[in-house]
Amino acid sequence: MRSLSRLGVLVAVAAIVAGACSGATSSPTSAPTTAPTQAPPSGSASTAAQVEIDWYHIQNNDPGKSLWQKLADEYMAAHPNVKIKLTVLENEAFKTKLTALLQQGDVPDLFQSWGGGGLRQQVDAGLVKDITADVASWKDTINPGALGMYQVDGKQYGIPFDLGLVGFWYNTKTFTDAGITQLPTTWDEFLTDVQTLKGKGITPIALAGKDTWTGAFYWAYLAVRNCGKDGMEKAVTTGDWSNPCFVKAGEQFKQLIDLKPFQKGFLAAPWDGAGSSAAAMATYNGAIQLMGQWLPGTVNANSGGSRGMGEGLGWFPFPAVAGSPGDPFDGLGGGNGFAVGKDAPPETIDFLHYLVSLDAANRWGALNSGILPTTVGSEPSTTDPMLSLVLDGRAKAKFVQLYLDQATTPELGGAINEAVATLYGGKGTPQSVVDAISKAAAGQ
Amino acid sequence: MLVTHVATALGSRSRTGRNLRLMGVAGLFMLPALALYALFVLLPIVQAAHYSLYDWNGLEPLNQFIGLANFERALSDPVFLGAVSHNAVIVVLSLAVQIPFALGLALMLNRRFRGRSIMRLVFFAPYVIAEVITAIVWSLLLQPDGLAEHFLTAIGLGDLYSPWLADPDTVLVALFFIISWKYFGFHMILLLAGLQGIPRELEEAATIDGATRGQAIRYVTLPLLGPTIRVSVFLSIIGALQLFDLVWVTTRGGPVNASNTMAVYMFDRGIVRFQFGYGSAVAVILFLLCFTLALAYQRWVLRRDTDGATTYG
Repeated sequence: MRSLSRLGVLVAVAAIVAGACSGATSSPTSAPTTAPTQAPPSGSASTAAQVEIDWYHIQNNDPGKSLWQKLADEYMAAHPNVKIKLTVLENEAFKTKLTALLQQGDVPDLFQSWGGGGLRQQVDAGLVKDITADVASWKDTINPGALGMYQVDGKQYGIPFDLGLVGFWYNTKTFTDAGITQLPTTWDEFLTDVQTLKGKGITPIALAGKDTWTGAFYWAYLAVRNCGKDGMEKAVTTGDWSNPCFVKAGEQFKQLIDLKPFQKGFLAAPWDGAGSSAAAMATYNGAIQLMGQWLPGTVNANSGGSRGMGEGLGWFPFPAVAGSPGDPFDGLGGGNGFAVGKDAPPETIDFLHYLVSLDAANRWGALNSGILPTTVGSEPSTTDPMLSLVLDGRAKAKFVQLYLDQATTPELGGAINEAVATLYGGKGTPQSVVDAISKAAAGQ
Repeated sequence: MLVTHVATALGSRSRTGRNLRLMGVAGLFMLPALALYALFVLLPIVQAAHYSLYDWNGLEPLNQFIGLANFERALSDPVFLGAVSHNAVIVVLSLAVQIPFALGLALMLNRRFRGRSIMRLVFFAPYVIAEVITAIVWSLLLQPDGLAEHFLTAIGLGDLYSPWLADPDTVLVALFFIISWKYFGFHMILLLAGLQGIPRELEEAATIDGATRGQAIRYVTLPLLGPTIRVSVFLSIIGALQLFDLVWVTTRGGPVNASNTMAVYMFDRGIVRFQFGYGSAVAVILFLLCFTLALAYQRWVLRRDTDGATTYG
C-alpha cells in the first residue's frame, strides 16, 4: 500500500515537472506563429500577410481622439493587409496598464511615450526597439529638439508628435493696471516687476505647492540658464550634479521666494481644480504663472462658470540670467510621442511616419487643442493666438531641456521635485537641494 | 451524501481516526477560503518580502540582490523616520482625544431624551462618507477663501483663520481634526453598543448604595465597558498606522513632507517613483510594525476579553 501511494506521489510530481517544462518550452515554439508578421511591408497588398499593429494612445478626448481614429482608418484603407488595434486610455490609467504590460513582457507595438528617463528604463529592460536606421530617411522632418528627447545613447527609440514649452503666462490687465508696460527680459527685471505688483497689493505669482513639479519648473529653468545645454546634458546623463551652476540656480530662485510672491496657502494648492493655482489665476489672485502651453485651457476651466480669461492672458519666455552661459532662448518643455515595442512588425514604422506626416501634423495644428505638432513646417497650422505665442518661443529655442522629472528616472525626478519644494517650503537651502538631488542620483 | 459518509465514518473508526476524519471534512470546507487567503494575503506578503531584498524598478529582471540595503536606507532616511513619527503622533492624539470624546458622547446618548436617535444618526453620518470624499470636502472648507475663513470672518474672528493645511507646522493637527471628525462617530456607536449590553440595574444598585452619578460611571459602567473600549483603542491604533487615503488626497504628504505617513511614503516611493524594491521594504516594515503591535495587544490587552474572563463574571 505505502509503496503504491508513494508511486502515486511520484507520478504526480512527474506530471507537474512535465507540465512546467512544457510551459517553459512553449515560448520558443511560439516564435514561428509570430513569423508571418515579419513579412515585407505593404507594396503588394494583395499578397502580403495580414499584420496587426497594437497601438496605445492617451488622447482620450475629442477632437484628438477622433483625429487619431481617422488617421488609423485612412492608413488601414490604404494598406488592406494592416489592421490597427487601438487602445485609448486616460493618462494615469495608461501608465498603470503599461507598467503591468511591460512587467509581463507583453509590449504594445506602438505606445505613448514622453521620452527621457522613462524611455531609458524601457530601453535598459530591452522592451523597445532601436529604430535609428528605420527612420533615418525622414527623421529630419521632425523638430530636432523634440527628436533628441526620444534618443538614448544616440539611438532613436521613439518619435515625438508634440512639443510644448514652459513659459510665463500673465494677466495682461493686471500688468497694465500695475503700470508694467515692458515685459521683463532678465531675471533682475522680473524680480523688480514682482515687487512692483506686490507694492500695488496684487498677488504676483500663483504656484501649486501640492503638485511639486510646478515649483520645480523655476529651479529647472534657472538651471538651464546657469548651466547651459552642455551642463544640463552632463548632469542628466552622468548623474553628476556637482556643477556649482545648480546651487546658483537655487540661490536665484531663493531671491524670488524671499519676496514672498505666492498666493495665500500656496503650499497646499494643487495645479488644477478647486483651490488650485489655475483657479487663483482665473480669479485674479496671482498675476503670473510659470506653466506649459496647457495653462489657458485649465485656467478657463477653473474660472468658476464665467467665460474665463480668454484674451486676457499673455505669454513671455523665461527671462535671461545676466552673465550665464545658457542661450537666453533655450527652453524647458516636453510633449508626447510614440515608442516602438520590441516585437513590433516593420509596418509600425511606416504607420508612425504617416502619423507625423506634414498632412497629419497640419490637421493636429488646426485643432488648436494644445498639441503643438513637431513636424517641421506645420507651425502655421496652429491659429490659436495663445498657442502661437508658445510656438514663437519654441521656434527661437535652439535647445529644449525635457522636464527634469521626465528626463531623469521617475525616482530621481521625484527627488528633484521634492528637494526644490523644501526651498519654497522654507525648510531647505540652495546647497541642501543639490545635496538631496546628488544623493538620489548616486543611489540609482 | 457527505453526512451519511461522516456518520459511517464516526460509527466505524477509532477515536483518533474519527478526529482525523473530522479535520479532513473541516479542511475540505475551509479549502476555498484558505486558498483565497493564501493567494491574496499570504502570497503577496511573501512576494513583498522577496522584492524588498532587491534594487528593482519594476521593469528590469529581478536580479540585483542587495540584501538588507533597502531596510538600512529606509531606517536612515529622515523623511521615512518623520513619517513614522507622524503616525505615532496620530496614534497618541487619537487615544488621548478621539476615544474619550466618543466615550463622552456615547454616555450622553445612552440616556433617554427627545431626539436621541437623530443625534446618534448625525454623529454617525461622517463615518458613512467615503474617506476620499471627506478629504475633498475638508480641503475645500479649509482652503483660503473657503467656508472656514468666511465663517470665522462673519463672526468677527477672521484673524484666527490661517491656511492650516498649507503650513508645515499645523498640517498634522489639521489632518488629525479631519480624521477625528470622520471616525469619532464610529467609536461612539461601538461604545454605545457596549453600553447597552450593561444591565441598567447595576448602575441603579450603585446609586441606591449612595454612589454619585460620576462614581457610578467610574466604578461600575467603565469597568464593564472595558472590553469594548479595548477593541475601540485597537481599531484606532491600527487605523492610525495605516493612514493613507485622507492624507494622499488632502496634502499628498506635504507641505515639505510635514504630513507624510508610512503608507503615503510607501506609495510615493514604490508606485509613483517606480522603486518597487524599496517600496516593498517599506511595506514590510509597516507590516511587521502592525503585526507585532496587533499580536502584543492581543496577548496582553485583549487576552482576558477573548478568554471570556470578562469583568461580567
